[in-house]
Amino acid sequence: MVKKILKRMWLNNNRAPDIRLQAERPISISAFSLISLTLCLAPCVLSADPVQDQINIRHYYQQKFPHLKLQDYADGVYAIDMIARQSWLAIEEFPPYEPAIEQGKLLYETPFKNGNHYADCFPGQGIGIANEYPKWDGANGEVISLARAVNDCRAGNQEMPLTYQDIKMVSILAYLAFTSRGKAINIVIPENDQRALAAYEQGKQYYYQRRGRLNFACATCHVQNAGKHIRSELLSPLLGHTSGWPTYRLKWGEIGTLHRRFSECLEQIKAQPLPDQSAEYRNLEYFLSFISNGIPLTGPSTRK
Amino acid sequence: MPGNRRKFIKQTLALTACSAAAVSGLTVSRQAAAGLAIVKPAASLLEATLKELFHGEVITATEKIVIQIPKIAENGAVVPITITSSLSHVSTVFILVEKNPLPLSAKFTLSPELEPFLSARLKMAETSDVIVIAKTNEGLYSGRETVKVTIGGCGG
Amino acid sequence: MSSIKIRTKRIDGKIQIRTLISHPMEHGRNRNKETNELIPAHFIKLLTVSHNDKVIVTADLSASISKDPYFAFLLKDGNAGDKITISWIDNLGKEDSETHVVK
Repeated sequence: MVKKILKRMWLNNNRAPDIRLQAERPISISAFSLISLTLCLAPCVLSADPVQDQINIRHYYQQKFPHLKLQDYADGVYAIDMIARQSWLAIEEFPPYEPAIEQGKLLYETPFKNGNHYADCFPGQGIGIANEYPKWDGANGEVISLARAVNDCRAGNQEMPLTYQDIKMVSILAYLAFTSRGKAINIVIPENDQRALAAYEQGKQYYYQRRGRLNFACATCHVQNAGKHIRSELLSPLLGHTSGWPTYRLKWGEIGTLHRRFSECLEQIKAQPLPDQSAEYRNLEYFLSFISNGIPLTGPSTRK
Repeated sequence: MPGNRRKFIKQTLALTACSAAAVSGLTVSRQAAAGLAIVKPAASLLEATLKELFHGEVITATEKIVIQIPKIAENGAVVPITITSSLSHVSTVFILVEKNPLPLSAKFTLSPELEPFLSARLKMAETSDVIVIAKTNEGLYSGRETVKVTIGGCGG
Repeated sequence: MSSIKIRTKRIDGKIQIRTLISHPMEHGRNRNKETNELIPAHFIKLLTVSHNDKVIVTADLSASISKDPYFAFLLKDGNAGDKITISWIDNLGKEDSETHVVK
């Protein structure tokens, strides 16, 4: 019933051709933007310029939550759910992800079999740089997340890659995030490489694309309905979504990654999840992180 | 003719029912009377637990036990609780979650070196009262708070 | 690495003791999502806290305590250099212990 209502609403709002069909063929950015403008979920926040997207999205949320400052969005749903916030703060006093940070530090500082260290692969020894990921890799023409960078480092030192949900990987990410805690998210889309912009746009398209049996886009919940309830859940805004990772989810009873959460969200809307660190997820992370530029990184964090 | 047949079946059934009623009439009434007799309801799991722990000793509700706990728990798996009390000589603190399969969550025996203060994180199966019982040298005292445990929607 | 993390803070001559313990605290009614087999009960049954080798807290716990349990206590009196020892033993007979010196 709800699905029928939503579908009717969508059809009433959008007379342009179904973007899903369009997306199967490579499309130019300007054509995409035109399609996006006609297909966007109200209000229109999409443009052809990432900086303009940032401005539009910030403006949108400012109207929705006039009392929130940009840095407040780092707290996610706890910036808008004051009862849940108390419980969250009580847990953050001595949070359950602390052992992961400690373990991560130990793993990060342990040399590879060849005597090299993770620190050799990263600028600044890898300390205080997590807020700059994901990055555009011009040489290979792809978005590199921090997790991918960790495995690339291992590969470069003849070590087997870690699976992306391995506690060792997640612990290293927890430690690296911790060393960047408080630093503003700072994602760069290099102007001299159109492929970087294309990757950003692909991430954005994925975010606004309806999918799954519930026919929701990520934006349906986190843009259009941010701050509203879906059953007993208060929907958190897109702004600041990448700030608190990796996250100890009480539901998981353990610490996990952003890509794990992407897959879980997709399963919840009855859509097909993708593999961790797939190109789509990395591009999605690129888009989400860029939009959250300026918001402090708060990972690792606890969430429900 | 269908009408007559229907009527006939109806009448037959009615007759049978009546006969059955007549035969068992007296028996049914006696049984019914017995069923209406007041039967003591089974003790709740919480009551049974309290009986086992305190053997009927009086537990006095008091405002001197302060329970800090969220009114709505985001996730019943981790519900932070902080207990403080202005009662003196608290030697033991019991934490019970009424609707949990096993209501007794924890029992803390505290030496006199400790303030009546403690924090923990509880699992709660469903919306329930959380009861804290403090044993002092003057007897048993209790505090109680209701916590709503929400079932998640999309994020749940 | 120890499963027990201890933090202490001196507040007006009192010592706040906080501890976070890594432990599954399984009640035994959960099922493995893939195999559907019951995950056996595995939870801390007894927790003790000592101050300078004198037991100050004995906690009888059940699996109704959250996974990766956290506890906090408040000592009326204490000094820098005091030792706080926290130990646990679970239903499978496993145990761990950790000592922390108050700063």
